[in-house]
Amino acid sequence: MNLFAISFKTLRRKKVRSVLTVGGVGIAVAVLVSLLGFDAGYQQALGNDIDKMGYQVLVTAKGCPYEAATLMLKGGGGLRYMEDAVYEKIIKDERIDKITPQLVSTVYDKEKGGGQGGISMFMGVLDSYLELKPWVRFKSGGWFSSGAADEAIMGYEAAEIEQRSVGDEIFIAKLNKVLKVVGILERTGTQDDGVIFLPMKTAQKIFDLPGKITGIGIKLKDFGQLSAFEEDLYNEPAIQVVSMAQVKGTIFNLMASAKILANSIATVAVIVALVGVINTILMSVFERTKEIGVMKALGASRSDVFRIIWIETTLICVLGGLLGEILAIVGSGAVEYILKRILPYAPSGKLVLISMPLLLISLAGAVVTGLLAGIYPAFRAASMHPVEAIRNSG
Amino acid sequence: MKETIIKAEKLTKAFKMPAEEIVAVDAVDIQIDEGDFVSLMGPSGSGKTTLLDVIGCLDFLTSGRLLVFGRDVSSARESELVARRRGRIGFVFQEFLLLPELTALENVELPMIFARMKPDPEKARQLLEKVGLGGRADHLPKELSGGERQRVAVARSLATSPKLLLADEPTGNLDTRNSQEIFSLFRKLNEEDGLTIVVTTHDRELGSQAARTVRLKDGKIA
Repeated sequence: MNLFAISFKTLRRKKVRSVLTVGGVGIAVAVLVSLLGFDAGYQQALGNDIDKMGYQVLVTAKGCPYEAATLMLKGGGGLRYMEDAVYEKIIKDERIDKITPQLVSTVYDKEKGGGQGGISMFMGVLDSYLELKPWVRFKSGGWFSSGAADEAIMGYEAAEIEQRSVGDEIFIAKLNKVLKVVGILERTGTQDDGVIFLPMKTAQKIFDLPGKITGIGIKLKDFGQLSAFEEDLYNEPAIQVVSMAQVKGTIFNLMASAKILANSIATVAVIVALVGVINTILMSVFERTKEIGVMKALGASRSDVFRIIWIETTLICVLGGLLGEILAIVGSGAVEYILKRILPYAPSGKLVLISMPLLLISLAGAVVTGLLAGIYPAFRAASMHPVEAIRNSG
Repeated sequence: MKETIIKAEKLTKAFKMPAEEIVAVDAVDIQIDEGDFVSLMGPSGSGKTTLLDVIGCLDFLTSGRLLVFGRDVSSARESELVARRRGRIGFVFQEFLLLPELTALENVELPMIFARMKPDPEKARQLLEKVGLGGRADHLPKELSGGERQRVAVARSLATSPKLLLADEPTGNLDTRNSQEIFSLFRKLNEEDGLTIVVTTHDRELGSQAARTVRLKDGKIA
């Protein structure tokens, strides 16, 4: 037996109280780990998403920048179109390495998701699309047979959700159109996974948008020329230029206020847990006044008593920390699900990234918190006078 | 020649109260030698417990001189008092005061830990056998009777092989039979092991079983 064993056994005396206190610490740590994990995961997911778009610059029809970001990343509503003459003009620029136009359109499909209804996202593309995204691989099938064929290539998730394979025919009820699936892409971890690709001409025809496009993705030969290139495009009427750096900034700004709120909640949770631990241990110290007096009479020094109480506090915080980390890991799926529903923009991929360093840092934080929380109760216990503690307490 | 364990001269302990100062122990001279079995007797409020606390280095004295195992502790600080009593003086209290979540054996081991000794379960078990509780070593205090608990407390007080055992009203919470057993145990420890024992009691019959009786009244030796 040692001081640690004494502390541990004492904690077991008031099981309910100890468990509740550990639970309080656990919840605080779980909130903290989830938020920090979200912080890390979101940045990484967003970064991945944007890098994997393959463009450095996206040219869209004039509209507000927020819409541009939404369009580019989410492919949602509020779409504006521009003439494909713009594309013909820009393509002549010598600084361009690769360029591809795209026409995005969405269709509400009431059969989607097993009758729940949902949005199907279509994108008209040219062969040059693959040049900008060299990592795209076919799971099965291949590219369109011609630039105007009634054919479709499905992103990994789009095919998965609708249970499609190459050779199937998809019927777009709203447009009364049948398309043949010629290819299914492998998972890319980007928005492309949910898209149904069509040849540009086919898309323009079936969505009744002849000669229109929604955007032009551009990769430059030299990344250093980006600002000069953007500057030139700003002079063009009726279009706007969005660089990826700008998009990242816009989204991070949108997230910043939400993050401050979330971090404040986490801070409050940690403080409440800390006060709870101090309260529990202090209560336990006062209840055990006589015992502490006896320990001192039996030869325990101030530092022995201090350590016994300090170990108790730290044990609570470490157990709470471990519990919180388990809760955070187990609950990350649920947190992920909720975040994806409430966030204005959620990148694909894992949003809550709970890494080993994060777990270790959180546990270390719990230990330090425990040590801090234990100082006062331990000091009170250590300062008890043996005779007063034994004889004068109830 | 016998070693002098406690030597007190004009030992005084006063408590400051808001209105007045209460002198609990008033200029007491007492000497306790190795192998003594002394009972401190007197009515409640006579100062027995306070005297025991002070000579046991649990409390400071107000004035006078006190030598414990030959060292003057008259103006010792708390840490010096701890060092003086740790391992050398065993205590038994009226209320037993065992740690409820530790078994009898673990309670006996406790003073070893505080005395920076390696906890010795074998020795703890032998001590429990000595007090007649060999078969109850793994029981928790709540599973023991009052008399058994007090015997665990006696075994605990012996854990560090102290030279002096101080017992404050050890039979105060026990019935006659158990009280007699505790005193018989003290006599055995004194006679067979030569343990020096000072015990406070207000029970004349029990007190008279000690080799020497010191009576206190109003803080003075009567």
